Amino acid sequence: MSDCKLETKTFFQAIENEALIGSRCLNCGHISLPQRYICSRCHSNQAERLEFAGTGKLAAYTVIYVPATDMVKAGYDSKNPYMVGIVTLDEGPRISAQILDMDLSDPAKIQIGTPLKMTVIERGAEGQTKKFLAFKPLE
Amino acid sequence: MTAKKLARGVAVAGVGMSKFGVFPDKSSRDLFVEAYQELRSTVEKGLPPKDIEAFYLGNFSADQFEKQGHLAPIVASWIGLSPVASARMEDACASGSVALRQAILAISSGLYDVVLVGGLEKMTDLPIAAVTDALASAADTMFEIPAGFTFPGFYAAMATAYMDKYQADPEAFLRVGIKNHENGALNDKAQFNQTIKDVMAGKIAKAEQKGLPVPAWESEMDFMRDPKANPMIAWPLRLFDCSPVSDGAAAVLLVSEDVVSKYTDHPIYIAGIGQASDGALAERDSLSEVPSAAKAAAQAYEMAGITAADIDFAEVHDCFTIAEIMASEDLGFFPRGEGWKAAMEGKTSRVGEHPINTSGGLKAKGHPVGASGVAQVVEVWKQLQGTAGARQLPGSLRYALTHNVGGTGQTTVVHIFEKRS
Repeated sequence: MSDCKLETKTFFQAIENEALIGSRCLNCGHISLPQRYICSRCHSNQAERLEFAGTGKLAAYTVIYVPATDMVKAGYDSKNPYMVGIVTLDEGPRISAQILDMDLSDPAKIQIGTPLKMTVIERGAEGQTKKFLAFKPLE
Repeated sequence: MTAKKLARGVAVAGVGMSKFGVFPDKSSRDLFVEAYQELRSTVEKGLPPKDIEAFYLGNFSADQFEKQGHLAPIVASWIGLSPVASARMEDACASGSVALRQAILAISSGLYDVVLVGGLEKMTDLPIAAVTDALASAADTMFEIPAGFTFPGFYAAMATAYMDKYQADPEAFLRVGIKNHENGALNDKAQFNQTIKDVMAGKIAKAEQKGLPVPAWESEMDFMRDPKANPMIAWPLRLFDCSPVSDGAAAVLLVSEDVVSKYTDHPIYIAGIGQASDGALAERDSLSEVPSAAKAAAQAYEMAGITAADIDFAEVHDCFTIAEIMASEDLGFFPRGEGWKAAMEGKTSRVGEHPINTSGGLKAKGHPVGASGVAQVVEVWKQLQGTAGARQLPGSLRYALTHNVGGTGQTTVVHIFEKRS
């Protein structure tokens, strides 16, 4: 197995540094997001860490009016909904993330295919905030 | 390569279910007692309890909902089955069908002849936010939930991908809800045995009683589009697009073909089985379908030696209305992109060409998650035996299909049942 560090926690350490990482199979070139020690295409265990450019396009989305507990704690509710989506990165893989800075007044008007770029959002109790992956319009 | 077959035939010899709903005074054990007692009454020639050799229980998370792990031997003891082998199966909302499948495999292997399958969930003891968090644990809690996804949110995102790909009208989702409530109104076990018209009449009567302004809905669609009556949960899905939080239990008796005549002269045979898995939603090639469902269905059709056209009716996993539409395509009833039109045109109603969810589905019957896959078999049994009452499908019925999904399709289990004349 390659000695490159690909444990799940490295993904979250990268987010703290505002970077989005995955892995590239050294045998077949397949890109995995989140990163994998074992390639899902060719099953090789030789992989290297890859940092994504952080740009992509909106593939699917929703605006959530009834949030789960953590998002209620972050201040969201039916009057202050938030958007979450699945983003197809320019390198190919997709990932789930909160989508910021979009007009949520009429969700029907949000366009699949909207160009996006990576950012982070801090959530959590005061003094214990963590950075989470997010995207915003590329402009 | 020849199609895979079960090594030995397996048949359903009896079924039962509790009423689905909200039961603050009943524990999960009480609910299972109800289901088991009904099952015993449906075994034509009787079921001596000592004949039961093993118990497979589908249950998603009594640990979270009731602070009770190790549920299978406890329930087995509660109905007098100790010391038979008892095991709990967990694959989120597909737990019930996974338990059924494992029991089928155990009988076909030759190990057992008579196995009791249960499905059980008691969800309403917790506050709703805690229920939402418990259900969220069926998703990828490292990479999906921190993004802000909820389960309605996942299916809503799939709905936007579906609408974008096929220019689908979200009114089709509301049509699924109206249809499933119409079926649920004819099912006395359903949590909501009310049509949408009944719901509207109830709200109008309440407003009149309280002297409040009376809503001026002119049609069911009017009601379904009213943001006060049917609020948005996760755009484009509204309250009536979502299955409820429920308590309930279901039970199925499976027997080998070698002993079936001891129990019934009218068995329902297992004709085909399929199961497939997948990764998190974002990792799939397509977001407008459920790939594991199509794979599980292909396995089941191949084993049964039939195609989607041969299925007389299906119970599918309509945890959200869009899920029923995607399932109608994943299972091959309609071509890709046509499922929403079929829903609009009534093709999945009891008198349509592909009746879906005659029981009311998860939407109206209720969705005690671990019980749902087993309760689907209860409806299959009733329809194939001709005992479904006011919702009985017309004509002679031979093949039925159940489709039970865990999470957003990390697991899908498909079973095909056959009534042999």
